[in-house]
Amino acid sequence: MTDRLPLVIGALLALGFSNPISAQEGPIVVYNAQHETLAQEWATAFTEETGIPVIIRQGSDLEVANQILQEGANSPADVFLTENSPGMALVDKAGLFEPLPQDILDQVPAQFRPADGNWTGIAARSTVFAYNTDRLSEGDLPKTMAELAEPKWQGRWAASPSGADFQAIVAAYLVLEGDEATLKWLEGMQENAVIVRGNRAALAAANNGEVDGALIYHYYWFGDQAGTKESSGNTKLHYFGNQDPGAFVSISGGGVLKSSQHKDEALAFLRFVTGKGQDVLRDGTSFEYAVGVDHEANAALPPLAGLDAPEIDPTQLDTVKAAELMTEAGLL
Amino acid sequence: MAVSADLAAAEATKVRRAAGRISHPVILGAATLTGLLSLLPLGFVVYIATTSGWGTIADLVFRPKVGGLLVNTLTLMALVLPLSAVLAVALAWLVERTDLPFAQLWSWLVIAPLALPAFVHSYAWNAFMPRFHGLGAAVLVSILAYLPFLYLPVAAQLRRLDPALEETAQSMGKRPAVVFFLVVLPQLRLAIMGGALLIGLHLLAEYGLFVLTRFDTFATAIVDQFQSAYSGPSANLLGGVLVLLCLGLLGLETGLRGTERYARVGAGAARRRGRLSLGKWRLLALLLPLIFAALSLAVPVLTLARWLWSGGAVIWRFDFIMPALGQTAMLALAGAILTTLAAVPMAWLSVRAPGRVQKILEASHSYVGALPGVIIALALVTITVQVALPLYQTVATLIFAYVLMFLPRALVGLRTSIAQAPVELERAAASLGRPPIAAIWQTTVRLAAPGAMASAALVALGITTELTGTLMLAPNGTRTLAMRFWSYTSELDFASAAPYALLMIVLSIPLVIMLHMQSDRVEQA
Repeated sequence: MTDRLPLVIGALLALGFSNPISAQEGPIVVYNAQHETLAQEWATAFTEETGIPVIIRQGSDLEVANQILQEGANSPADVFLTENSPGMALVDKAGLFEPLPQDILDQVPAQFRPADGNWTGIAARSTVFAYNTDRLSEGDLPKTMAELAEPKWQGRWAASPSGADFQAIVAAYLVLEGDEATLKWLEGMQENAVIVRGNRAALAAANNGEVDGALIYHYYWFGDQAGTKESSGNTKLHYFGNQDPGAFVSISGGGVLKSSQHKDEALAFLRFVTGKGQDVLRDGTSFEYAVGVDHEANAALPPLAGLDAPEIDPTQLDTVKAAELMTEAGLL
Repeated sequence: MAVSADLAAAEATKVRRAAGRISHPVILGAATLTGLLSLLPLGFVVYIATTSGWGTIADLVFRPKVGGLLVNTLTLMALVLPLSAVLAVALAWLVERTDLPFAQLWSWLVIAPLALPAFVHSYAWNAFMPRFHGLGAAVLVSILAYLPFLYLPVAAQLRRLDPALEETAQSMGKRPAVVFFLVVLPQLRLAIMGGALLIGLHLLAEYGLFVLTRFDTFATAIVDQFQSAYSGPSANLLGGVLVLLCLGLLGLETGLRGTERYARVGAGAARRRGRLSLGKWRLLALLLPLIFAALSLAVPVLTLARWLWSGGAVIWRFDFIMPALGQTAMLALAGAILTTLAAVPMAWLSVRAPGRVQKILEASHSYVGALPGVIIALALVTITVQVALPLYQTVATLIFAYVLMFLPRALVGLRTSIAQAPVELERAAASLGRPPIAAIWQTTVRLAAPGAMASAALVALGITTELTGTLMLAPNGTRTLAMRFWSYTSELDFASAAPYALLMIVLSIPLVIMLHMQSDRVEQA
């Protein structure tokens, strides 16, 4: 064995050094909390068009946002993309975003970006209640998200409170209903909800009849329907509408860091994502809503304008407070 | 016969005291340096705790949720560790000491689960039985994924036992079962303790496995907090509780490990022992390894095959796959070598110079193994960003994190193999005029080299599948196999994720072969 070891080590070394890790010193670094496949499609198309290479660093919304705060002026990031707004709001509050030029802002309607213009929406997703059609008929559906905290819903619905997705929903509830009502709702949720990790797990629990329904974002359901339907075949979507907190539409954001050494290229990337890049949302398999002016959503989705979502300025979404209340309620 | 073993131990202790020890300031210094560096994450946790104040600590630690986590984590340990120990001893005894059919094949299949990352095990079970979750699932998948950690040392020890001890006991009229409990089992103690400690540390630190089995532990709660509030007090304070749990585990292990001597000096090797005939039980005994292999190998391999099949040719994006493979292999290799080297001084001290200082040093080496990658990475991110910016997001910092995370893995293998190298050889070399370090190098370290290779292989296995620390610390543009796997599975694209899982397994196979061969050669030593 020892005779063959040098060979093994040599082979490993050859493999390793043929792909040196530090070789990719590239012009723009994107700290990405969006789905990697989507970001990669944007990056590839952008590089093809402009010749500017893009390096993606992957993480989740609040984790990456906090990392940027910690890095401060030394951040290697040029661009930050998220799935939800609270992560963007966090970085914005710390004053680390470069104000965006008007031409980029104009590519996205005002309701899908913050009033301060320091970042912009790049996609959107709607809160839904996916329900098992064997266990619930339309008449039994909750009228409001608040109902789900009532005793009659005990043990009957699933959610993934540890994710940034759900925390954005909680932050929206906080804006609409205030601290006290939010804590009360979260305590009800702690009593009632079957806690899982990940929206798919929540959807699957509803699908296999473990619970009656799941509070998730729409695109998990559409993605599964387009694929094998193994986690959604027995379910339908219920949209709360009526500007209920349960009809919250979460905006995925993109911004350019003030500390970026490649601002022009970074802005070009964001211009691309909110412009031509929106077609990826229409044609691809992400099933997130396009938000660009005059850009259509994927044909499988109900029109965003008809969902009757509550109006919320994304800069108001306070994820720190939301996480505090969730910890207090024992959900985290 | 147990009496004579005790006598030998007592005598060895006397000899150590009388003859004094080889002086070892350099080794002590090296071990102290590694120990101090290992304390960085703990220092960070303590710093966060002291700056957040007692009120915050009380709010964040003394709450029902944490109580629930504590119960979960302790229940998990209390079930997994004894069950694994019994199962590992039973399997090792059947394979090594009886006429079980296909013993050689089983000796490979029982350690093969090591090649599968723990989170692949749990993904597979999740796909196989979607409604199987909670404590039962967590216990089952933990045993399936981690049993080789116990099986390897126990099987190796069983093979090297001197048959003379058992034969003497038998000749005095003891029945085989009594011989097993009186003579064999006590000699397996060191191996069982070492393996169980390693599994315990992994249970404390593991995240991916428990997410999919829907079982909350401290590690999953820490990652939840980290993803919501990053390096806030909540994640770090939970990390502090985890350190305390780990110290408890280490104390338990040290207490049970004992101080017996396990080397034999003398002409020639221990004889090989005959195999016990199972008689009519032979086929029934076959069920045990068969069931274990079916649960630990067939389930994940079939699930993976299904994903690969449904994905077809399009999932083989070699432009993504090849760099990921190369980077993973390079990180694993560099990390494994450095970790093993860093563990040598401590392993030597543990065996040759046990005492209070050694115990403290060893605890500082081992506790990091119980910390989730997130806590170690957070400490290193904060430290590098604030005081050593040029080191931020570099391979050097990442490898350093690997060294900290996997020191306990390296230590266990090294310690056992150094314990088998007779101290008399070191003394003889020293008395022949070799300087102390050279004397140790030319005797014990050489004899322990195969054990060191096994340690390095164990570390490399860990690095190949490490995720959280790599995500946070790696240079921009790094994409390991585990990172790609995680990324695709979080998008529910299991087919695209499958090639990465397959390659992690392919990379791990030579390492598992190395471990098996090292365990085989023990009998020739």
